[in-house]
Order: sequence, then structure tokens, then C-alpha cells
Amino acid sequence: MTKHFIGERIKRNEDPRLLTGQALFVDDVEIPGMLHAAFKRSDYAHARILSIDVSTARERPGVVAIFTAQDMGEDWMPGPPLVSPPPTVKDVTFHSRRQAPLVKDIVRHAGETVAVVIAENRYIAEDAVEDILVEYEPLPVVTDLEQALAPDSPKVHDDLDSNLAAHMYQQKGDYESAKARADTIIKRRFYIDRGAAVAMENRGIIANWDEKSKQLTMWDTTQAPIPIRNGTAARLGLSDSQVRVIAPFVGGGFGPKIMMFYPEEMLLPWASKKLCRPIKWIEDRRENFYATTSERQQLHDVEMALTRDGHILGLKDDFLHDTGAFDPYGLTIPLNTQSHLMGSYVIENFSSNCTAVFTNKPIVTPVRGAGRQQGIFIIERMLDIACKELGIDPLEIRRKNFIPPDAFPYHNVIIDQAFSELIFDSGNYKAVFKKTLQMIDYERFVKEEQPRLRSKGKLVGIAIVPFIETTGVGPYEGARVQIETSGKVNVSTGYGTQGQGHFTSFAQIVSEQLGVAVKDVHIITGDTAEFHWGTGSFASRGAVVVGNAVHAAASSVRKKVLKQASKVLATPEDELELEDGLVRVADIPAKSISLGELAALANPLRGAVEPGTEPGLEATDYFGPQSGTTASGCHAMILEVDPETMMVDIKRYAVVEDCGKVLNPLIVEGQVHGGVSMGLGNAFYEKLQFDENGQILNASLADYLIVTSFEMPPHIETGHFETLSPLNKLGTKGVGEAGAIPVPALFAQALENAFQGRDLEILETPLSPNRLFELLQESRTTKEKSQ
Amino acid sequence: MKPPPFEYYAPTTVEETLTHLANHGYDAKPLAGGQSLIPMMNFRLAQPSVLVDLNNITDLSYIRPDGNGGVFIGAMTRHKKVGSDPLIAKQIPLVHEAIPNIGTPQVRTRGTFGGSLSHADPSAELVTVSVTLNGRFRVRSQKNERWIPAGEFFIGSFTSALEPEELLVEINLPCLPERSGWSLMEVARRHNDFALVGVAATVTLDKKGNCESASIVFLSVGDRPMQAHQAVGLLKGQKPTAELILAAAEKASSVDIDPGSDIHATAEFRRHLANVLTRRALDEAFNRAREN
Amino acid sequence: MNNSFNLSITVNGIQYEREVEPRLLLSDFLRHDLGLTGTHVGCEHGVCGACTILFDDEPARSCLMFAVTAHGHHVTTVEGLGSIDHLSPLQESFREAHGLQCGFCTPGFLTTLTAFLKENPDPSEDEIREAISGNLCRCTGYQHIMDAVKLAAEKSGN
Repeated sequence: MTKHFIGERIKRNEDPRLLTGQALFVDDVEIPGMLHAAFKRSDYAHARILSIDVSTARERPGVVAIFTAQDMGEDWMPGPPLVSPPPTVKDVTFHSRRQAPLVKDIVRHAGETVAVVIAENRYIAEDAVEDILVEYEPLPVVTDLEQALAPDSPKVHDDLDSNLAAHMYQQKGDYESAKARADTIIKRRFYIDRGAAVAMENRGIIANWDEKSKQLTMWDTTQAPIPIRNGTAARLGLSDSQVRVIAPFVGGGFGPKIMMFYPEEMLLPWASKKLCRPIKWIEDRRENFYATTSERQQLHDVEMALTRDGHILGLKDDFLHDTGAFDPYGLTIPLNTQSHLMGSYVIENFSSNCTAVFTNKPIVTPVRGAGRQQGIFIIERMLDIACKELGIDPLEIRRKNFIPPDAFPYHNVIIDQAFSELIFDSGNYKAVFKKTLQMIDYERFVKEEQPRLRSKGKLVGIAIVPFIETTGVGPYEGARVQIETSGKVNVSTGYGTQGQGHFTSFAQIVSEQLGVAVKDVHIITGDTAEFHWGTGSFASRGAVVVGNAVHAAASSVRKKVLKQASKVLATPEDELELEDGLVRVADIPAKSISLGELAALANPLRGAVEPGTEPGLEATDYFGPQSGTTASGCHAMILEVDPETMMVDIKRYAVVEDCGKVLNPLIVEGQVHGGVSMGLGNAFYEKLQFDENGQILNASLADYLIVTSFEMPPHIETGHFETLSPLNKLGTKGVGEAGAIPVPALFAQALENAFQGRDLEILETPLSPNRLFELLQESRTTKEKSQ
Repeated sequence: MKPPPFEYYAPTTVEETLTHLANHGYDAKPLAGGQSLIPMMNFRLAQPSVLVDLNNITDLSYIRPDGNGGVFIGAMTRHKKVGSDPLIAKQIPLVHEAIPNIGTPQVRTRGTFGGSLSHADPSAELVTVSVTLNGRFRVRSQKNERWIPAGEFFIGSFTSALEPEELLVEINLPCLPERSGWSLMEVARRHNDFALVGVAATVTLDKKGNCESASIVFLSVGDRPMQAHQAVGLLKGQKPTAELILAAAEKASSVDIDPGSDIHATAEFRRHLANVLTRRALDEAFNRAREN
Repeated sequence: MNNSFNLSITVNGIQYEREVEPRLLLSDFLRHDLGLTGTHVGCEHGVCGACTILFDDEPARSCLMFAVTAHGHHVTTVEGLGSIDHLSPLQESFREAHGLQCGFCTPGFLTTLTAFLKENPDPSEDEIREAISGNLCRCTGYQHIMDAVKLAAEKSGN
């Protein structure tokens, strides 16, 4: 009997190191002679730099060097664009503007780097930063999206005609004709505000240029070590082989750590090369709010055309998207938003104008969800509003419009973030929906519990929100699998890891193929010296893209093992099995050979080898999906609101997750829980607040509120549903962002349900007790006015 | 976020401490638990040039009866110790209730009673509760010693009546008389956050069941603990009916306080919460008073 | 200006003598002067709890303490709770229950919970929730951490 590893709740390989403080994070690296950097950052969101006086700072004992943009001379240049605008969408307007290592003349968002101090330790470096005197000419600031597009708005980039960063129009079918046939048109405006990723580990970089060997080694908390290596080599005029980038254990990514090149990522290697010293920069928490990217702000004008029995005929959404002061990340986020505006439903006519806007705020790049959350928020809110207007049950309207299970692959026509057509590969939205309803006991709650509790004056509400999530996009990833003479297996991939359990889930895939214990499979991620090709950790693609590359490589090794073992054991391949680190003959267990022995035989020190054979038991394979796979799920929640204080207490929470083939249920559940905690933040606690001068008002963990153990539901019940993806051999789909995606829509629905009879309509996220209070006051006033 | 440099002293007695404070005046800051001061130093919002570390002084940590049913608390007594002390639980239940609301478990192992009071944060529970209870604080300098009533100690946002060379050494909190009740109500964004609005109330009934006296003090609505004098005036001598409590809550929130707006709450919402919390606190306090 | 202090401190049972600047935070002293990098720094303003260590057996934020204040005291860091080959029952429970993902906040939880379980060997769900409310985690949503603590309490009960 062959043991199975895929789908098992296997304890993680990486945990013993992490649990005992023995795991290496960037700030743990100490190099003899290492110096420390601190940045002088602009307090102004928009200003011209008139002068920078570093003379006092230079005199401070312990200061080794101070650099401004001037000092970089010809080496000064903005970073490259990370993602280009979609070549497959017609008539896209895109003005590419990128951040620089140090600001030369005009500061465009608060926190931009103006100078860097390199000193013997961070304490001295920060002292010296205070010594630096910068003379600024403040310029008018623009933070609001609509104001930024007004003709008289201050311009973030004065070489452009306006603050329009990009424009993109996508359509499916013909919305106008759908509108003409509709019985009801619903129009609303939605506002979604910014949130930050707030990984517990801030960013950090160490650059070590060794002049004698002419090698640059970097440690970076990046989610994408290979592109960092390639780009850094290019910028410094080095060969790829002279640069090694290591992303060791990283304390959470969630998106912003794949943004590149951050100013600090461009500056530090240059400075190290200039000084021929290793230099470390560790971001502090206050810097993190300004210097690390954030996301979510959009303003949507939406219109939905329906028949009177709730059939969606068409959807139109014109929206503004805040890109901050620069747009290195292309149109990924708005593409994701557009891809999710149609949700899980058959919508044959769709039109969406997206305008990306420059503002004097920090750069916008994906944060868990990466634009999907906004799309789902809108479609689910519109359906909730439609049911009220049409007098249809909220469950019925969804069931009526779901893409049916026999309609896959479902062509949604528009282009998604992978630049190809948005095609949903597989799914069964009705079944997932039904399962969720059962888990939360929906019917019983609505029929019995809710009326009973309401009669006692308790404001309880229930909500259910289905969603889809595009995942597992290309272009590709690769992996090399090698059986060592010890019998253990080594796997390398260019991918990074920020806590997703790659050291275990990828090992499980290998174990499944080679019959080796999971603990004997050693995974190396995030080191460009170990694997040369790859892109990075984003868009919930690890399990799909790397997983399948690992699977392919492990399968190739399995073939080599069987071929060789067949010779050694003089037995046909189909009578052999791999288990417990051995290859054995199925009915004669005594006839076996260990994988380690086979590996030694495959790499002889003497003698001749057959032409065409490769040494060892090793294979490298790549996986590049034609398109992304579409995961889906459904969240349901029961909450209670204190009608006086507006404080919310979540009573029950259920999730059904369909991420295709589950590699490790423990890990999937963990991803869901973590996603829900961020989603709750985006629903009720987290909001990056800017004043009209572009200053962040809550740049600390005391004021930017991420949820603690108390704000979470008492217990998240997780259910699984598997519709395998036909696009990859493992049948798996991504799940990294799923937990966060439907939560704001869920929260809004639940609150409206709790306040039924109060005319509450929620068209924004995140909320807060204060905002809820205001909305209820407004709805009361409107009601009084209309009476 | 590293703190700026400072001159450092680690005295082992109060006398040594007072000498340092006398020598350095405005330049010196005493360091107690560090849970409020050190974050400010790490943000470089506070840059004292001299730090006098009180953590090696052992005889400022105690809780003793004051002979009148109340307690003396040494200024360096940690919150955790106060929160688990049986004398406090029995005699000063309002403080016993307040302690778990202070920050997080880790903050409570280091934070001190005296440190919290000296920091004079209008959102701090102990700051407010000590005013509600009409506590008084013993303050020493090299040359002098005086007692300052709690109501006169907090004079502005993060500003106490302490002179630069003075050190708060002891807190005296009286117990409540017979037929008294008390309540602490807060609303915070997250469980451990500073309150958006909070109210600490005590009431005492006379033999007839009318309100003999009351103390209603708010946190987070001004630059110091705000006493609801007019609301108290409404209650005095009256039977505490539901209508009276409503009226007192209305008075407290509309007239006695003038809260500001900040990133966490608007003035209007704060007033609304103050109204709700006062009503609930008075309900609870009067119920407790009736039980006693 | 006295900018040098002779610090004597016991960490994980070993006594160290070092000359330090008074403003050196205990978190930086442990990590960079002693090389005990298991204690992590997440915010330096006392909110996230990643830097939590045991100060005379009580959980405290090492980013909110100057190393000099710890003079003459004993500190336990995550390295003092167990080793790769000998995980403590709490560490083992975290592994079994998947109570960690990126692992950055984990040392702070472990020190906090080690002290908590010593005082409360049989905690209720609410007590556990309160005990970990001063530690932020961005990956797990806390549920598996709660499961880990319950598991650890069960284990020590046997």
C-alpha cells in the first residue's frame, strides 16, 4: 500500500527552527564591519527641495558617509517598471512614472527618501538624520481622487497634462442594450479606502559588496529574489552571476514585499559598492507606513440592469483608482478589480472604465486581495441592494445568477491581470453556497433565532457572501529535485516564502512521488544562488505554479528512479513501488534498494556512462500555466451590534473554501483564518488616514488598528469543497488571499441585516463604530425628510 | 526608531533620586515602568537629556491599609500587583476593576501606579479613577513634601502639577462609605485600546435610598479627567429613578463635557457615547449601592 | 555625560558583563550584543509584542526597556524555552496545531504563554484570549494559536 502525503495534515518542517528562535531573518544577519543606514525622509507630501545641508551630520562621530541624489551622479536613475500595462487590452493609456533611490528635486509623497546616512550603528545614524537640514518649498498637495482630476488640481508630475496615470476600458457584450431591456436599473456610488499590509516584520535589506571577489550579496525581505537579482545586476552593470540575493525567512509578505524596486533596494547596493562595506537597513514601524506600499482606495460609480425577477442583464462600473505618487506596478490592481466585478455570476453585458490617478500619497501596489476585494464588495453590495428594491430574497437572487457547474470553462471575455482572457476553469458555486448555508444554520437562524433575539432587543444580523478568486497565474516557476546519497531529497526553487508553509507543502508533493518522508525532503527557497529562474510570490500562485513545477521535477526523478531500479533489481518498472525511502518489488519486499544507494550508483566516480544519461537522480522542470485557475468560496457570519455604542460582536463565522486539490488542510485553514483577520480589518478597523497635507494621521500600531485575539470570531468553522483545476496536474488552486476577499461585503450585509427596518445602506468600507453611528443618523434624517 | 542619547542615573533610594531631580530640574525625567515614556522616546517625541531610573528603588512598591478603610500604594507598585491584591479588591473595587483595562498583560507587569499618574494621560484609567475616588498623592522634593488632591493634580494634557524637582512617592485612596456603589464603563475600538470614552462613577445612598453623594468622572473627553459636576448636582438628594439617571446622563454628556474630535472618534460620537455610558454606569453603580 | 554603563545581566541562565550605552534598548542588546536573534522587533512602541521576553519570569516588552534597567536581573528569551531537538510542550503544541506561519511573532507568544501557563495551568478560553491579546499576529488570525494553548494545557495536565 502506498502512503499518501498530499491532502494530509502534516506538521510543518520549518517549525522547529521558527519555534526556537533559530530561523534566520534579514535583521539577524551580522557581518564583520557592517554599517547601518537610516534615511532622511520628507515630511512634506509635495515640495521642491531647495537645499540639503549635511555638514553637521557629517561631523557626528560614528558617521561614515551621507549621500544625496547629487552624490549618486550618473548612477542616479528611477527604478524600472515592474509590470507593464496590459498589451492585450485595446487603447490603454498609461503614463509610467517610477520612484527614485533618492529624490532629486521634487518630493511627491510624504516619506520619500531625501538622503541616507551610513553610520556605525542605527542609533547614531538616526541622530545624524536629525542633523540634516533640508530646505523645502512646499507645493500644493492633492490627495482626493476626484479633486486630482479637476482641471485646476495641483499636478503630481508636472510634465504630464493632468494627474491621469492611466485609463483602461474593458467590455463584454453590450451594456447599453442590456440597460434598454431592463426592468430595473440600480445606480450607486461606492467608496473603498486604503489599508496597509502590516506584516509583523518590517522590510530590511543588507547589501554586501566584496571588492576582492567582485561579488554582491544581498539579504532582502523581498517576495521576489530573482527579479531583484536581475535588476540590481543591471543597474550596477554587473553580471547576474556576480549578484546573489537571499530572501531568508521573511516575517509576512502580503503583497508589498514584492513591489520593486523600492528606493532603499536601489540605494543600498550602490552605497555598498561605493564604500566597499556591508550595509544594513532595517525599516522601522513608523517608516513602514510611508515607505512600504499600501492599497485599496477606489471610487466606483456602478449601474446594474436587472429583470424584475432578479436576473442580472448587465453591469457597468466606472471607477477611479488611486495609484499614489508613482505607478511601477502597472494596472494589476484595477485589472483584478474588473475581473472580480462580475463575481460568481453570469453577466453577459459588462462595461468598465478605469481611471488610475496620481496623488501625493505613498505608492499603491497589491495588498492581499490586490483589487479583488473591491470587485467582490461591489457586486455583492449591488445584489443586496437589488434584492431590497425588487423584494427578492438575497439567497434567491444569488442562486438565480450563479454560473452553473456545467458552464466551465466559463469565458468572461475581459482581460485579467495575466494579460489573457478571464476564464474560470472550474467551480460549483451553488454547491459551495449551499454547504455554507448549512454550516451557519442559516434557515434556522433566520426563522427562529433571529426573531427571538430581536424580540429581546438584541440586534443580530446574518450574512452570506460567495466569491471567486483568480489565482495561480503565470508566467512560470521552476524547481530542481535531487535525491542525495543520504537518501534525503533536496529541492530548490527561485520562489520565496513568507510563512505559507512551502517547506512542507512542496515537500509533500515530492513525498507523494518518491515515497520519502516529508521530514526528509529539504526545500530551499529564496536564494538566487540555488536556482536561477523565476518571478516571485504573488497572486496566490505558489501552490499552483511552484507546486506543479515541483511535481513535474519530482515525477521526472521518479521516472529516473524506476528506470534505474528496474535494471538494478532486474524487475519490470510496473512491478516496483516507492515507499519509505526504498524502491521495492511489490510482492517481494526483501528485494529492494534504498534511494540513497540508487543515487550513489547514478553518480559513479569511475567507469563509463551510457550516452544520454544525466548524472545523479535529479531533474529540473518548469510550469507555466496557460491561464490562472479560479478558486472560489463563501463566507457566512452572524454578528450582534450594540445599537447604542455601535460595537460589534461576531457570534459565528463559517467559511467554505474551494481551492481545488488541497495539499495540506492545516495550511489552507491557516491561510483562511489569516485572510479573515485582514478582511475584518478592512471591514471595520483598518483605515490609513491621510490629512489634506498628505500626512498619515495613524502611522503607528497604536492608531492603525489590526485585529487582536479579541476582535476575531470565537471560532471560524472551515469547510472544504474541491473542484479540481483542469489546468494543472495537481488539480490545485491558490488560496493565499481568499480569506480576505469577501469580508467587507459580508460585514456590510450583516450590519444591514442587523439594522433592518432602519434604512441603513452601506456603500463604503472600512467602517467604524463612529461611521456606523453617522450613517444611522443620516438614514434617520432621510427617513424623516421623506415622511 | 531609536531613542536619543541621555545621561543616566540609577539611584537605589528616594533621597538619591530627589538629589538628581534637584540638580537637573527640567532636564531630568524619572523612568518608572517605561510603558508610556519609552515609546515616546523611541518616536523621539520625548527627548529628556537626563533619565533617572526608579526601578532599583525597592521601598516604593507596597500596598498597605491606611487605617480608615483605604489604602496607601507606593508609586512604583506594578499594575499586575495592584490588580491581584486582595486588599485592593476588597476595599477599592473600582481600582480592582480598572486594572485589567490598562493596556495589555505585558504592560501591566511593568507599568506602575505612580508612573501612570505622573504621565497624566487623560485616557488613563488610574488617572480618572483616582479623581473619582477623591484620592490624594504624596509628592516629595529634596526640600519639601506635600499632599496634592487628585482633583488638583491633573492640570492639562500629559501635564501634572508636579514641579520638575518633585517625585510622586505615594498614593492614598479612601474606601467608599456604606451603601455605596461604583462602576467603570468604557468603549474602545479594540479590547485593549485606549477608550474612545470612559466613565468612572461612584454613588452613595442615604438611609432612605436617595442619592447622598456621587462622583462621575470621564476619561478621553478632554485634556484631563472631566468631572460631571452638573450631573452630580441633579442626583444629589434625589431618588435614583430611571428618569433621573437619564437626565443626569444627558446633562453630563451635553453640558459637563466638551469632547474633541480626533482620528478615532468625532466630538458628536463621543458625546453620544458619554450619554450612553453614564446611564449604564449609574445604573450599575446604584444597583451595587442597593446591594451593599 | 556618562555614556557607558557596566551591565551585568543573566540571560537564559548565563551571566554576561558588557559595557553599554544607557539608551541601548534591551531588544537590541539581546539581538545584536548577545546574538540572541530569536527575540524579534516589530514596532518599537510596545504594541505588537514580538519582542516580549521574560523579565524575572514575567512577560515584558524588551523594546520598552533599556538594557541598563535589566542590570542585575534575569531575562529569558525564546532560546531559553527549548531547542530544536527538545521542544517544550508549548512549542510542540504550537507545531501540532499549526499555531505559526511566518514565525516572526511566535517568540513573543511563546514567552508570554510560558509565563501564563505557569500561573494558569488550566485556563478557560476567555483567559487564553486575554493572555494573548497583547501579541499581534498577522498570519494566523489567532485561532490555531488558541488551539495550541489548549493543547499545551491539556498536555501538562496529564
